[in-house]
Amino acid sequence: MISKTKRTSFWLLGLTIGLIATILLSLNLGTMSVSPIDVWKTMIGQGTDQNQLVLFDFRLPRIVIALLIGAGMAISGAILQGVTHNDLADPGILGINSGAGFAVVLFIYLTQNNLTSTVFILPLAALGGAVLAAALIYLISWKNGVSPIRLILVGIGINAAFSALIIVFQLKMDPDDFTKAQIWLTGNIAGTDWSYTLALLPWILILLPIAFFKAGTLDALHLGDETAQGLGTNVEKERIFLLVIAVALAGASVAVGGAIAFLGLVIPHLARKLVGARHHHMLITSALLGALLLLVADTIGRNILSPSEIPVGIIVSLIGGSYFVYLLMKS
Amino acid sequence: MAIRTDKQIQSRSFIALLIIFGGIILLLAAMILSIIYGAADIDLPTIWQSLTQFDPSLTAHQIIRNLRIPRGLAAALVGASLAVSGAIMQGMTRNALASPSIMGVTAGASFMIAVAMAVSSQVTTISLAIWAFAGAGLGAGIVFGVGTISKSGLTPVKLALAGTAVTSMLSALSSGIAIHFNIAKDMSFWYAGGVASVQWVHVKLLAPIVIIGLILALLLSKSITVLNLGEDVARGLGQRTVLTKTVATIVVLLLTGAAVSVAGTVGFIGLVIPHITRFLVGVKYQWIIPAAAVLGALLLVLADTASRMVNPPFETPVGTMTALVGVPFFLYLARREGRGM
Repeated sequence: MISKTKRTSFWLLGLTIGLIATILLSLNLGTMSVSPIDVWKTMIGQGTDQNQLVLFDFRLPRIVIALLIGAGMAISGAILQGVTHNDLADPGILGINSGAGFAVVLFIYLTQNNLTSTVFILPLAALGGAVLAAALIYLISWKNGVSPIRLILVGIGINAAFSALIIVFQLKMDPDDFTKAQIWLTGNIAGTDWSYTLALLPWILILLPIAFFKAGTLDALHLGDETAQGLGTNVEKERIFLLVIAVALAGASVAVGGAIAFLGLVIPHLARKLVGARHHHMLITSALLGALLLLVADTIGRNILSPSEIPVGIIVSLIGGSYFVYLLMKS
Repeated sequence: MAIRTDKQIQSRSFIALLIIFGGIILLLAAMILSIIYGAADIDLPTIWQSLTQFDPSLTAHQIIRNLRIPRGLAAALVGASLAVSGAIMQGMTRNALASPSIMGVTAGASFMIAVAMAVSSQVTTISLAIWAFAGAGLGAGIVFGVGTISKSGLTPVKLALAGTAVTSMLSALSSGIAIHFNIAKDMSFWYAGGVASVQWVHVKLLAPIVIIGLILALLLSKSITVLNLGEDVARGLGQRTVLTKTVATIVVLLLTGAAVSVAGTVGFIGLVIPHITRFLVGVKYQWIIPAAAVLGALLLVLADTASRMVNPPFETPVGTMTALVGVPFFLYLARREGRGM
């Protein structure tokens, strides 16, 4: 155990350093490159007005939101994998993302893209869709309790249903709205400002500690329902509670960042590989890894084809997918 | 998520025969229905005349011959191919969720379509079909390649995982291309799937491949039944599992490649029909494969007809119609916690 803890500490330290380095790099890079010295000067309040604007109003909120969404999605995936005993579970596969996506597409369709109002209402719609999807999944899989396999199978079904509905409404849109919806569905955090960040922050700040606190329960559930029951866990109650946490995390993240695929699937795998399957170690590692991956992906997406941007969801899929394929080939 | 085999191990040859022959009759009826219904309504005598005494100057005859018949045929062929592909994949991998869209085949085809549309704005239907075909091969090739290269070989879980990963990557790339080249809307019609714009040239492309694929699938069916008992059992029974899997993979590629290249991404048939079929006829693939072919064809012909009747004269994407049938059934199976899953 001690060596495990040591290993975890090592990785946590490494990841934190990596995060700080990436944040600095991300502040520095962009269509307008700001030199490290200028970044520092601006940070301590001695920068030019322009640098101040670029860093504080554009880049920093975007960096913070990438970190929040990355951590939120990763933990949501880790919880879902624990609860369903299935390493394939993530908000995307279970239909929570597509529920949110459906709500957003429906909203864009109904309002005919009234841009001024969507900035604040879109995330609310997404959250509503995520909750709706999760509630449907839970209700349909309920039958004297909710077994993990039923949950994931029902989730896949709900995912397909919402995906079909998304296409129906998307096809009725004019091309501009269509592309807008498509970008959102791919996952994108361009154009964020502090209001988004502040809207997301409380969710993450409240939900992440609760998730960490429940690590022991997740360990118990991961052993299987009967064993968990034997260990004195109220399986059904804990499962609902954890699902609510996972949905809220995914819903809030998706609301702000769009349906970023793959993060919730890959990060917990990677974390387990680094620090083992115990949730006490794995959850916190997942949070840091998720934040790091999303920030790296967004920094790449912002810069690689500058001045045009690649939605972060695409970069995440490419990085996450390659890693995943590598994992499979090695094992 | 291994397929449960306990209770259903007995063969149900009678039910299977009933489904196959009854299904074919229903399929013919459904095809006639699909020729009758549409933006222009057509009566039975006209259909008969257009077949026996074709008069090119009559619009109705033209519609029947050049639009409705190829459309109905394509729907049947696509439905049968997707259902049989799904059945083979599920039987071979013992994975209840294995289906063309999960194993990277559909995503590969979509990706190549995106590439084709980005490269040239004026792609002909037939070249698009070839691109899609290549893409289906690409997707499945990567997925199976990853499974084969990996140290412990081509395990079911690994295939499903690789399929998910490759699908996500390829769809991300397609989205990226679609957004970057501003062809997202054009792509969407193809994503939605359907046989609305099918021409004879598509049917001619599709029919021979599907027939060859189905024959190969039938020849393989016994080996797949054995493989479905588990690889060790199969090997113990003296089966050459590698050969079976290779041929089965080629069949799946042929069938889904052809289907996807003509109809785009019609979801759910490949996933749901094999489950329904197994539920009805038991676990012998000698019965599952022909029955799945008939049921898949029937479902897609009916779904395509319904897609024209829901909101005329507009067409609802047929993928939505298959989801409408597929989702509730899938949820029903899931609730029973997997009889047949």
